[in-house]
Amino acid sequence: MTILKTAGLTKKFGDFAALDGVDIEVGKGEVYGFIGPNGSGKSTTIRVLLGILKATEGHATIFGKDVWKDAVEIHKRVAYVPGDVNLWPNLTGGEVIDLFIKLRGGNNTSRREELIRRFDLDPSKKCRTYSKGNRQKVALVAALSSDADLYILDEPTSGLDPLMERVFQECVREAKAEGKSILLSSHILSEVEQLCDKVAIIRQGKIIETGTLKELRHLTGTMLLVETKEPMPGLAEVKGVRGIVQKDGALSFQVDQEELDHVVRYVSGFGIIRMESAPPTLEELFMRHYEGTGTGGVS
Amino acid sequence: MNNQLFSGTGSLSRFILRRDRIRIPIWILSFVFATVATAVAFIGLYENAQERQAIAATMENPAMMAMVGPGYGLANYTSGAMMAHQMLLMTAVVVGLMSVLLVIRHTRTDEEDGRIEMVRSLPVGRLSNVAATLLVLFLVNTVLAVLTGISLYALNIESMELEGSLLYGAALGATGMIFASLTAVCAQLSHNARSAMGLSIGILLLAYIVRAIGDVGSEAVAWLSPLGWIVRSEVYVNNIWWPVLLTVGAAIIFGALAMYLNSIRDLGAGFLPARAGKVHASPLLLSPIGLAFRLQRTGFIAWAISMYVLGASYGSVMGDMESFFADVDLMQDLLVPMEGFSLVEQFVPTLMAVMTIIATIPVLMAILKMRGEEKNDRIEHILGRAVSRNRLLGSYLLISLIASFVMISLAGLGLGTVADAVMEEGFDVAMAYQAALAYLPAVWVMVGLTVLLIGWLPKLTGFIWLYLSFSFFVIYLGSLFQLPEWVEKITPFGYVSAIPLEEFDWLQATMLTAVAILLIVVGFVGYNRRDIGS
Ligand SMILES: Nc1ncnc2c1ncn2[C@@H]1O[C@H](COP(=O)(O)OP(=O)(O)OP(=O)(O)O)[C@@H](O)[C@H]1O
Ligand SMILES: [Mg+2]
Repeated sequence: MTILKTAGLTKKFGDFAALDGVDIEVGKGEVYGFIGPNGSGKSTTIRVLLGILKATEGHATIFGKDVWKDAVEIHKRVAYVPGDVNLWPNLTGGEVIDLFIKLRGGNNTSRREELIRRFDLDPSKKCRTYSKGNRQKVALVAALSSDADLYILDEPTSGLDPLMERVFQECVREAKAEGKSILLSSHILSEVEQLCDKVAIIRQGKIIETGTLKELRHLTGTMLLVETKEPMPGLAEVKGVRGIVQKDGALSFQVDQEELDHVVRYVSGFGIIRMESAPPTLEELFMRHYEGTGTGGVS
Repeated sequence: MNNQLFSGTGSLSRFILRRDRIRIPIWILSFVFATVATAVAFIGLYENAQERQAIAATMENPAMMAMVGPGYGLANYTSGAMMAHQMLLMTAVVVGLMSVLLVIRHTRTDEEDGRIEMVRSLPVGRLSNVAATLLVLFLVNTVLAVLTGISLYALNIESMELEGSLLYGAALGATGMIFASLTAVCAQLSHNARSAMGLSIGILLLAYIVRAIGDVGSEAVAWLSPLGWIVRSEVYVNNIWWPVLLTVGAAIIFGALAMYLNSIRDLGAGFLPARAGKVHASPLLLSPIGLAFRLQRTGFIAWAISMYVLGASYGSVMGDMESFFADVDLMQDLLVPMEGFSLVEQFVPTLMAVMTIIATIPVLMAILKMRGEEKNDRIEHILGRAVSRNRLLGSYLLISLIASFVMISLAGLGLGTVADAVMEEGFDVAMAYQAALAYLPAVWVMVGLTVLLIGWLPKLTGFIWLYLSFSFFVIYLGSLFQLPEWVEKITPFGYVSAIPLEEFDWLQATMLTAVAILLIVVGFVGYNRRDIGS
């Protein structure tokens, strides 16, 4: 079942197209990773999805409803954590959490207390005195303690320490186990890798790759680390071999999935001493898309 | 200078000037232009000494003293004397306001937004930002003083000689400097930009009120207010320089105090106590309107008290006015009382006009708060939840409308009740209240215009302050002399019935309200169509 779907979403600021035909689709119970470099349009997409920005072209629905026209109805079942959490300096964290929960229409106070404890937040302090991470915790506690069907999280962990990041990951897994959907934008690839079922990569306002992690890995092939008795001068010319790097007398390179068989045959002709293989990390997948093209946005 | 404290002040000053390269010239030129334009208008309106002398006779009355300062040079009321006497104080107050806005912008606002933190990480001194801000403000006010002085002299008006013209400019500049320094002190005391601004504007109003009470009642009280000093420079009559120098001296002392306070506090902290926080929100906070009110509660209460005090201080003048009119036979001849109205009552509409325009400030602030929230990216927390744009804008609108009622009621009742208490004949409180309420539709038009701007031209919402200042200028001048009819009609405040002199005009009030509603509706339509956060 589709929870969130966009079709040809385009957003222009004057002449500048921040989004250029974005298509994403989040299913029920899915954790959907949304990654891209700075200024690529992640936050803009999310703001359009929340009906805060109006799309120039294209269409977006959540729960089958139009994100602009039915914003209020949709928001009753959505919880959102913005990328930059700005709070009211003269309200306390506890007051802000209560306000947010109330404005969504629920009041799940038991979850509230539990999450405050798990995230180790002092709710009696004024927001002025909170660090970036603590402001983010306020937004996270408010979002996660609400009983939403879709969680939209814009770089939710950028200010959290590793311990808190783990708490966050647990919370996401619990939500997923309850059948909730999550749209998670991030720079932190390991996080996306650990949590997400599907990933979309955005760059300069365009989605350049989507799919399950498995599918994307399939695209990039396997990482091989090989040490041979004799040098392999012709390796770079072999079909399906990319990104050769010298590593402590061994060679590390990437092999396209369909060429794996004949590459291994070729390598074995030089007398293998050591051979390791690993699936590529998302990092490598990610780097491949930005190879030689600089970063994404204009800013 | 201590390198540790002040290094980089020069570059920071240049940076501030660069950031405000449009804003500052507009402020300065507006003052120069407004001053020159009024001087020319005075010459045109009062062509000979006899006409001026007739006006001079009305200037000794307490209401005028409360409004424009003590009369001087009335025996020979030249054009220059008239200009300085009637315009200097009001212009100085607005110059003070300019200083408040500029200083807060470059101190507390920058600090709140984290920009000072970045600047402080560079090799600049601890006090450089405050020092640079004050340096720029002193420079701006000096340029303002010199340009105004020279422009007045260049008009080549007989009674406006060089020394007086320069003193006129200097008095304005000195007022700007002292309020720049006082604001810098407030910026150290408060925890955030909003309350620092409230405190500073409060001090400006207080300075005006203390001077008014002093000018009417006791000379000694007037000396407690810097505005009381500068009106005693008797520009174009005796040209007394030392009150202006005293003001500049005080500005330097308060500037030093601001730097001292800055040096002993932490970045982001203030001195006024911050109470311990609550773990749970009170039920009153838990709605868009509850939040909107909570965010402005302190300012709202402070303004409400100020409005009552302002009304009360004008009211207290009524008693003095009564005895004054009784004493002076001349006045009885000069100001022929209108049928059925006491002389005192004739001043009511003018006082009401001035008070309601001031009362419009908190009303507009209440609705503009929403733009501030948007600029700080906090609106998306609200709209990202189950709150519609109509509900959000409606909440702020409602607070603004309630503010209009509360502020104007308090001003009117303050004037009425205190006047009734001090006058021998008593005073019709209900009439005063009606006179004040008559202004509500005009205030609503200003609110409607603001909603329209928020809906369609969010980047230009600041324009409303310009329009309000313009309205004040027009209404204030209109009360001093006969302006052509159409001039007052450029502002909604020009369509208000002057109770008690005129009957309440229901048609006019209904029209104003209809215009306000129309503007509001169109504003809502725009707000529902546009992007948030741009
Ligand atoms: N209101 C606006 N007006 C003009 N341009 C904008 C506006 N908002 C965003 N942009 C531009 O749109 C592009 C996408 O910005 P967006 O904030 O969506 O990036 P992002 O992917 O969230 O980046 P980050 O990872 O840094 O958060 C950027 O180039 C940005 O400069
Ligand atoms: Mg972002």
